[in-house]
Amino acid sequence: MATLQLDGLRKSFGSTHILQGVDLSLADGEMLVIVGASGCGKSTLLRLVAGLETPTSGSVLLDGRDITKLDPAARDIAMVFQNYALYPHMSVAENMSYGLRIRGVPKDTIRAKVEATAGLLGLEKLLARRPRELSGGQRQRVAMGRAIIRDPKMFLFDEPLSNLDAALRVQMRAEIRRLQRRLGVTSLYVTHDQVEAMTLGDRLLVRHQGVPVQFAPPMEVFARPATAYVAGFIGAPAMNFLPATLDGHNARLASGHAIALPNAHPGHASVTLGIRPENVVVTPNGLPMTVDLVEPLGSETLVHGRLADGTPLLVKQSGAMPVGEVLYVDLPPAELHVFDAGNGQRLAA
Amino acid sequence: MRRTIFPGWLLPAALVLPQLALTVVFFLLPAGEAVWSSLTRTDPFGLSSVFVGIDNFNDLFADPLYVETILRTIGFVAAVCVISMGTALLLAVMVEGVVRGRGIYRTMLIWPYAVAPAVAGVIWLFLLHPQIGLLGRWLNHNLGWDYSLNGTQAMLLVILASAWKQVSYNFIFFVAGLQSVPRTVTEAARMDGAHGFYRFRTITLPLLMPTVFFLIVVNVVYAAFDTFGAIWALTQGGPGKATETMLVKVYRDGVINLDLGSSSAQSVVLMVGVIVLTAVQFRFMGKRGK
Repeated sequence: MATLQLDGLRKSFGSTHILQGVDLSLADGEMLVIVGASGCGKSTLLRLVAGLETPTSGSVLLDGRDITKLDPAARDIAMVFQNYALYPHMSVAENMSYGLRIRGVPKDTIRAKVEATAGLLGLEKLLARRPRELSGGQRQRVAMGRAIIRDPKMFLFDEPLSNLDAALRVQMRAEIRRLQRRLGVTSLYVTHDQVEAMTLGDRLLVRHQGVPVQFAPPMEVFARPATAYVAGFIGAPAMNFLPATLDGHNARLASGHAIALPNAHPGHASVTLGIRPENVVVTPNGLPMTVDLVEPLGSETLVHGRLADGTPLLVKQSGAMPVGEVLYVDLPPAELHVFDAGNGQRLAA
Repeated sequence: MRRTIFPGWLLPAALVLPQLALTVVFFLLPAGEAVWSSLTRTDPFGLSSVFVGIDNFNDLFADPLYVETILRTIGFVAAVCVISMGTALLLAVMVEGVVRGRGIYRTMLIWPYAVAPAVAGVIWLFLLHPQIGLLGRWLNHNLGWDYSLNGTQAMLLVILASAWKQVSYNFIFFVAGLQSVPRTVTEAARMDGAHGFYRFRTITLPLLMPTVFFLIVVNVVYAAFDTFGAIWALTQGGPGKATETMLVKVYRDGVINLDLGSSSAQSVVLMVGVIVLTAVQFRFMGKRGK
């Protein structure tokens, strides 16, 4: 149980600046998810906290203690790696107990802890096996077991689910969240998957091209994305974007159709309107959309099409729906997100 | 492995013929002749020989000097293996930690492998000869270093010279072996709290064992059968018989003392050794492939 604080953490390799001054603090027991496409510096950040990389400047404080220069072995932080990084020459039990054996924990304590952890993760029958005799999901569990068995101050997760198939990923995602809640260990979770980000985090840090763009609880990131990038990244299927020009309260689409916005945004002539596919309303007297693809998913239907001016639009409707060649849609002003067309920043709603 | 299907047998036969011819002329015929002459006894003038069955072998193993040579060779081989592999492993681990100029270190550490055994011997002679050696004169003056008189020192010298050359070879394999140990596995061990040498002993070394086994076989073969040049150039097996390994004894008995029967019998014993070691190695490599 611990708090984590990062002060002005920087990392450069030569003239390449991976991280530029990261300030972040995690409350005790909090799970923070850092999400972003590859190259946003999220893995480097995690490795700096782990101690596997040395920061160029700045400091890492765990429970108020400066651990910036401490060897990873002395930090008491556990990490779950993307490829699990299990010790191939050791059995499951040996893999899990390695950290305890280093610390000289008595043998019967180790045995009891291994059994308890294996029970928690459903690994009781696999303790004697080698990692290569396990399936992906089982390896993932062993990696989790190795992390939780020694009651570390903190967990680090480096895209732990990205090597699993889709069904297993959903299952393990829920398991990780349940375990983390139950154990109440402060956690830092790095991923490029927006669903993991949404479901796992107490708070979400979205990074883009080496800089943080939004830091908020998941639902707030979803409801009020700070930039067009965040809006397109969080939420599936992705948000629709339509270029428009502003004239007082009116936004005019490329087709000439005008929408009365709830707020005026003086000083912004051209904007990007964003609307999530599920917020598009199908109505007989709406804008005509030429349909070019229908994807029935059972519980919902995705309709891909183009507005009269050629702007692509995706519509999500629950249930099955009969679709002709043209669909009439309405974009409710209350559901529109308005971003500056130039820098992509959200305009105050 | 890719298989190529030839239309007839003429082309494949023609393709393997040169290699087969070389093998027959330079390996099979001499080996056959050695086996034959190991079963004969030649008169002192080399004019006639008589078939004596396995008498040469019986004489050999009844000779306490030969048994002593075998034991000396085993000691020599073990020392060369331990020193050359130990040094190479240490250097390989240290190079892992080098960031700048890693390529230069590696290249320079690989060079000695290109030096012929006899030349390696001469280099060590220039360095350690008690009268003309750069270091040897100082050692001679201060520590009574003279390997032409002191058998232990002579043994030490031929071990060093033989091991030195093999360090390069072992180094290459250890560097490759260390690279195949997944980085994240050692990182996971660091996160688990394992410090330096403990981590090396419990994680890196076990994962390096396939390389170690392979190199043990290669080094034993090298030390037992490929060090004649270095030893002959340095000590000619002396002083006395202090550095006379089985290989040196084959040469001394056959070429210098002209006891062809016994020398051939000894080379047959060595040949059996090579065959056994090669079989072990093939078995081991086969297992690795599975």
